[in-house]
Amino acid sequence: MDKNFATRRRRDLFVAAALAVIAALAPLFVKDVYVQNILILTLMYAALSQSWNILSGYCGQISLGHALYFGLGAYTTALLFMKFGVLPWFGMLAGGLLSALIAMGLGYLCFRLRGHYFVIATIVIAEITLLLFHNWDWAGAALGIDIPVRGDSWLKFQFTRSKLPYFYFALVLACVAWFVTWWLEDSKWGFWWRAVKDNPEAAESLGVVVFNSKMGAAAVSAFLVAVGGSFYAQFVSYIDPESVMGFQFSLLMALPAVLGGIGTLWGPVLGAAILIPLTELTRSFIGGSGRGVDLIVYGTLIILISLALPRGLVSLFPSRKGAAR
Amino acid sequence: MNSIFDGGPGVLTAEAIIQSLASGLLMGLLYGLIAVGLALIFGLMDVVNFAHGEFLMISMYATFFLFAFFAIDPLLSAPLVAAAMFVFGAVVYLLIVRFAMRAKANAGMVQIFSTFGLAIVMRGLAQFFFTPDYRSIPQSALGGKTVSIAGIFLPEPQLVGALLSIAAFGALYLFINRTDFGRALEATREDPGAVALVGIDKNRVFALGWGLGAALVGLSGAIMAIFFYIYPDVGASFALIAYVTVALGGFGSVFGAFAGGIIVGLVEATTALILPPSLKSVGIYAVYLLVVFIRPRGLFGSM
Repeated sequence: MDKNFATRRRRDLFVAAALAVIAALAPLFVKDVYVQNILILTLMYAALSQSWNILSGYCGQISLGHALYFGLGAYTTALLFMKFGVLPWFGMLAGGLLSALIAMGLGYLCFRLRGHYFVIATIVIAEITLLLFHNWDWAGAALGIDIPVRGDSWLKFQFTRSKLPYFYFALVLACVAWFVTWWLEDSKWGFWWRAVKDNPEAAESLGVVVFNSKMGAAAVSAFLVAVGGSFYAQFVSYIDPESVMGFQFSLLMALPAVLGGIGTLWGPVLGAAILIPLTELTRSFIGGSGRGVDLIVYGTLIILISLALPRGLVSLFPSRKGAAR
Repeated sequence: MNSIFDGGPGVLTAEAIIQSLASGLLMGLLYGLIAVGLALIFGLMDVVNFAHGEFLMISMYATFFLFAFFAIDPLLSAPLVAAAMFVFGAVVYLLIVRFAMRAKANAGMVQIFSTFGLAIVMRGLAQFFFTPDYRSIPQSALGGKTVSIAGIFLPEPQLVGALLSIAAFGALYLFINRTDFGRALEATREDPGAVALVGIDKNRVFALGWGLGAALVGLSGAIMAIFFYIYPDVGASFALIAYVTVALGGFGSVFGAFAGGIIVGLVEATTALILPPSLKSVGIYAVYLLVVFIRPRGLFGSM
């Protein structure tokens, strides 16, 4: 390991810690519930995108079906709580483990597919599950689930009066996702994934167990996204198939990483910090008055950034050039 | 996906089965026509147009407005819409895709997200100018009519659409194999670098390829507008079917899109006989997965 790399990694860690502290202090100054809401969503999407980035960015297996894991996390937590009174924290763990298992099962079938065949398979699998949930009466079918309110407590992870607990959970989740990525970047898996992404045949010949390393990436990525889904279910306290498993979530998870810099440590954070507030603000300020203008602004931005900065916004920071590959 | 003129689910008799397979076949040929532009563009330059559904959407709107303002029947406006879409497709290539192809890093990602951004912009523009209201063409030469062939009732719009699809595929085959432009298309597809040596402008061929692909979508949009609701998000419902159709046949294979369309139509009709209507698409998706698990490059895909 060369020295630059080690220095850079240490600096990354300091920057992240500093940012986390600043973010943790933000609620002292931000009292507006609307702005707090935007901050929570930004942190959640940073976490989701960071997790998506592990499989799609680092390992190069582009998934546009991660809404599946998000929805599974949300549904597992909500169903276990509503039907069996299981605390959301256990539901969250169960949802994460279930998603990781399913991700490995699907990976087993899909990882032999290349390029667009793989991408379409991920979309189609999420879509099938969405349709099944639409028709699954026990799980509320198309009407969805109203999570019963049992009073504010950390134990039940429900808060009706203040949004701050959700803010802090989202912050922790974003930090965990970032840290996992940071840690994996320098692990055996991290190197394997980059090798698999660049040239799977060559990686295989050098002794990288391509298949297993893809499976590992899928499991970690799905677990974290499912935890995000569990959080979201508690946060909005009402879920239906479209609102947690719809295709838009797969895209909203991918976009911050793509615009910020796919396969980079800071890309998802940077992308989410710009994209999510922008989406929410255009939606509430322009979206209400001029139908569809928010989409026009949003879409134009996506076109321009992807054309002008193919390596993502992180490439604007010269010191990160080496990392943004 | 519910057509305006769809009947309710019938009893599972032999007649009902033949009836729904026949409509499935017609719909499948139309799916093939919707998807072939995607296959053509992919085959030419390895780019998947993620705004394909939105191309279909604006074609349907164009047909609708030609009807609403000038009372032009969709059958007559189909060539006009196709011509307009030809120009639109070429412009999209020149303004966006051309630059996306120059990306030195993350080329695949840039292509996906620049065309996807275009899709979002087009949807936003449609909402802005046309409102999210559902529209339909209430009266047309074919709309709502059926013909009876040997006791099987076939909806006329789908029947004409299917015939048009067969004709379009035939024309496309001749065009690619028998004309200079078609040969230039094939040559560029095989080696975009080498064609420059024989004086073919790669950019021009690509632009024409996008034009041609979009024109074929325009044709299918005009037919779809006869029997389907028109609204800003209508493309999304067909886009995924189009991707599955193309992938099922094998990316880049024009003939594959034709076969893929027929399979998708038949599978959809069969699924609708067995499962509740809301699960109609599950059959298509399951067949896609089954096919690529066995043949990872689709039915007729090479490479």
